[in-house]
Amino acid sequence: MMRNRLILIVFVCCLGWLGARAQSYENAQEHQCLKCHSNQTYTFHNDLMERQESRLMNPYFVLDTIALKAGVHHVFDCIDCHSYEYTTYPHSANIKLEPLATCLDCHGGDESFAKYQFERIDEEYQKSVHYQTYGDAFTCSKCHSQHTYTATARTSSNVQEIVEYSNNMCLSCHNSMQEYKLVSGKDNPELVEVHNWLPNQKLHFENVRCIECHTQVEDSLMVSHNILPKEQALRKCVECHSSNSRLIASLYKYENLQSRKGNGILGTMVSNDSYVIGTHQVPLLKTLSYIIFIGLIVVIIIHTIFRILNRKPDDK
Amino acid sequence: MWLRIWHGINALGIIVLIITGLSMQSGIDSGFIMSFDKAVDAHNISGIIVTLNYFLFLIGNLVTSNGKFYIVKPSAFIKRPIKQAKYYSWGMFHGESAPYPLSEKRKFNPLQKYFYILVMYLAVPGAIITGFALLFPELIIEKVYNLSGIFVTAVFHSIIGFVISIFLIIHLYVATIGKSPLENFKSILSGWHHIHHGKK
Repeated sequence: MMRNRLILIVFVCCLGWLGARAQSYENAQEHQCLKCHSNQTYTFHNDLMERQESRLMNPYFVLDTIALKAGVHHVFDCIDCHSYEYTTYPHSANIKLEPLATCLDCHGGDESFAKYQFERIDEEYQKSVHYQTYGDAFTCSKCHSQHTYTATARTSSNVQEIVEYSNNMCLSCHNSMQEYKLVSGKDNPELVEVHNWLPNQKLHFENVRCIECHTQVEDSLMVSHNILPKEQALRKCVECHSSNSRLIASLYKYENLQSRKGNGILGTMVSNDSYVIGTHQVPLLKTLSYIIFIGLIVVIIIHTIFRILNRKPDDK
Repeated sequence: MWLRIWHGINALGIIVLIITGLSMQSGIDSGFIMSFDKAVDAHNISGIIVTLNYFLFLIGNLVTSNGKFYIVKPSAFIKRPIKQAKYYSWGMFHGESAPYPLSEKRKFNPLQKYFYILVMYLAVPGAIITGFALLFPELIIEKVYNLSGIFVTAVFHSIIGFVISIFLIIHLYVATIGKSPLENFKSILSGWHHIHHGKK
């Protein structure tokens, strides 16, 4: 009897699941949620007034379906994460107050995601200035949109692409009047002015990520999540512009992982598209230059000795 | 006179370029010699000054008689500098007299001439062109085979810079070969060289 009931329950769940899976992001116009949420306007039948109505969609709730399909969560449907009650319209007001799942709610303690180190990221994040100041209200989704997240740092072979993707996360608040004020309650400081001391600002912003200077280097984590308070941000040029550049342990380590040549640091830095003054020491040339230089000094010393030895007595 | 001024500007400019260039490229953590951002600024500014100076040199060589000292005599054009090299390495210690002594018609002996031509017409323009490309990296070809174009340009720039610094050391040393080691340095200022007859 119990077994029959169990089978029945499982069967119904499968049907329900299949039914939900029948929707996909392929055809947004047929999708129950996306037919409104991928457009700027939506039409519905107003039962109260018994007429068709068209309204503007709240722009913050319009989703980019292409980015959705490209994201790592594209296998899920909307109601896998959002409340099932959203399937009816008008949406009930109190479901909007329910908390949403965070990354750890699904990925925490999951062995199959061990290589992404979600628990360690959470640890590091809790040391950061964002958590210290805003606590649990500052969730992962403030930077990482679950709708469109892609593991760019792991997959991209272009440094500028990684930089742009990463910096857009920071800039979504730090370059936005309303987002910044929403979270911090203060006016947004002008990024360009604040970074006035940095020469070649534009080049830097396009080729290095914010986190390169604003986090502590954590080379065992893919991306360092301990964002430091601004007073602790890096200011010494030679931290990156030297042969022991901290970039090797952060931005360029991805290239290390992806390099097909495995030529060591020189090979990987050479095979990517960026050049950082002071980091690209070509070992062969350096050795050659020492040899030539020392050889020259030796020759000059010998020549001088001979000249001294050969001096005529009436010379000075 | 213009040549004296030109030489002075060049000398100062190139010394600054070499020191700042070394500082940036050395990759030493502590900010070798001066802080990185100051080194970059100093290097860029003296680079521009030396470039302008170089154009002065080019024009000067065309309109004045100084250009004639840079023309290679085609006859025996390998034997001449070798003869001079033999003098420097062996002959001057054995009482030989200089095969190509200084005169108003001959400012450089053949060995000097070749080196100066190589440096002034090959190395320095090379450094100027690569240097300007690094100042405006958008102009550089993006990839050369599988290497970053900027990286290749930067390596060439450093190599040429190194070659010029080696030349500088030789230049300063050969200048001490004269009646007395300091005699030629007076000539740098006055522009004239006292010709010795009958001595080496």
